[in-house]
Amino acid sequence: MAIKDLFEKELKIINIGLFSFKESLEESNFQVFQVNWEPPAGGDEEVLDALKKLLNS
Amino acid sequence: MFLKGIIKSGEYFDSITLMLITKSITETEGVLEAAVVMGTKENKEILKHSEMLIPEFKNVKDTDLLIVVKIDHKKNTDKIIKVAEKLLKESKHKKEENIDEYSARSIEGAVKQIPGINMAIISVAGKYAGDEAMKALKNGLNVMLFSDNVSLKKEVELKKYAKEKGLLMMGPDCGTAIINGAPLCFANVIKKGDIGIVAASGTGLQEVSCIISKEGGGISQAIGTGGRDVKKGVGGIMFIEGIKALAEDKETKIIVLVSKPPHKEVLKKIADIIVKINKPIVAILLGGNSEAIKNAGGIPAKTLEEAALTAVSISKGKNIDEYKQALKENEKEIENLAKEEAKKIKKGQKYIRGLFSGGTLCDESQLLFKEVIGDVYSNAPLNPDFRLKDVWKSYKHTIVDLGEDEFTVGRPHPMIDFSLRNKRILEEAKDPEVAVILLDLVLGYGSNKNPDKELVPIIKKAYDVLEKEGRYLSIICSITGTDKDPQNKKKIEKELKKAGVIVMKSNAAASKLSNNIIKIIGEE
Repeated sequence: MAIKDLFEKELKIINIGLFSFKESLEESNFQVFQVNWEPPAGGDEEVLDALKKLLNS
Repeated sequence: MFLKGIIKSGEYFDSITLMLITKSITETEGVLEAAVVMGTKENKEILKHSEMLIPEFKNVKDTDLLIVVKIDHKKNTDKIIKVAEKLLKESKHKKEENIDEYSARSIEGAVKQIPGINMAIISVAGKYAGDEAMKALKNGLNVMLFSDNVSLKKEVELKKYAKEKGLLMMGPDCGTAIINGAPLCFANVIKKGDIGIVAASGTGLQEVSCIISKEGGGISQAIGTGGRDVKKGVGGIMFIEGIKALAEDKETKIIVLVSKPPHKEVLKKIADIIVKINKPIVAILLGGNSEAIKNAGGIPAKTLEEAALTAVSISKGKNIDEYKQALKENEKEIENLAKEEAKKIKKGQKYIRGLFSGGTLCDESQLLFKEVIGDVYSNAPLNPDFRLKDVWKSYKHTIVDLGEDEFTVGRPHPMIDFSLRNKRILEEAKDPEVAVILLDLVLGYGSNKNPDKELVPIIKKAYDVLEKEGRYLSIICSITGTDKDPQNKKKIEKELKKAGVIVMKSNAAASKLSNNIIKIIGEE
């Protein structure tokens, strides 16, 4: 795969974060799917660090 | 003074939504200061500095929403909390409009659920953003990473992986791009065409693409890389990959490179690649070494406007000298206008005050000013000796970038929230030594939807102050935007002119007019 291949495809987008980015793309008739994202591990940094260590081990 | 705080557990909102709620609460009668933030360590630090960290907030988590208000009288508490609750309810409603029970909760989930996804826009808090971007790349997605505060190490890791997989990794801290016609994040509505852009500078990309569109040209792709890409640490990984991709793209006939000065090793890589490309390449490296570009067969430009006009000339098959002639004629007009303005300015008024929302526009303006007058004071100066001691107060000739971190902590970017700049416009107008106020106005998606409503009353107020004091000063503004942008550019221009603003068609033209005025009054 090369970057130029993307230029020949229809853009299909997911948005993780600010809703306004989804809304403005929809105004321009692009299809955008919002991910219902929330900070992992409920935003608890200690739990998150432990999870990362587990996944990397 | 009275401090009141509440915690809403498990109510997650994005930062811009919360900043806008904060702004609305702050504007409520009786509120001295307000903050609505998620309970992250960084936000608690900000609250501590503003003396708004109440003991109840000690053990909150990132997913806890904190509301805290400084109120003039205790009796107003209930009324203000009700306002905050109402604003939160409206935002929650908006959240529900965008997300339903079937929405994927992760990138992996979305990729499984929706076939054909090929791009992820990521704008979550910096400490999570790098990991999310890697998940997207590993799932075969191209990435537009808007978030900042992602480590250099992570950026290099992401870009190396993306390069290996043939994916675009735009950012971190990438504010704008146009891919396959889609305006991503803070982008303008630009005509389609044969000019491709690679930019390590957000407002630089916006200014160039808008001028191209206004002059009848069009954009094939506009790739953003984030400003750090061209520094030594990242080594231009995505800038180079972007150039290669445009070189291979059938729709792209001309390539424009936009950047602040790249590191010399990166510049060498850029020169080495453009020498091999059989397409015209125009480069604006704001203050960078243009010889290297010229020697590699590229066309160096001195301003963003010049880069755009050169590209359009080539695209239309015209002789480059034609636009050069047009620019010369414009400069004559600018000189005449400067003479007229200088006549209205009193003795003792001598300084420029540039108040910018676009970082690259601020840089361009400083560079043009340096050529005519010399270095200016700034929070982001070209010459480190000219760093403002106090960024909140101008000194002699000052041009500030209000989008820099010191101005944006806990506040939306000045392209969205005009309150800080408006306050400063009034302060500068009251200063009897100021002769010129130079502004930028960046339109497009993401930017303030009604900038004229924010800016015009302040301009009128500034001119009222000046009239009372028997003074005049030139307020000069350029608009980065197109007629197709969601804001009504024509109306904005008309309203600004009516209020007394001199509206110029590019940041370079606005800066040149300002410089000419300062030069003339300095010679008198």
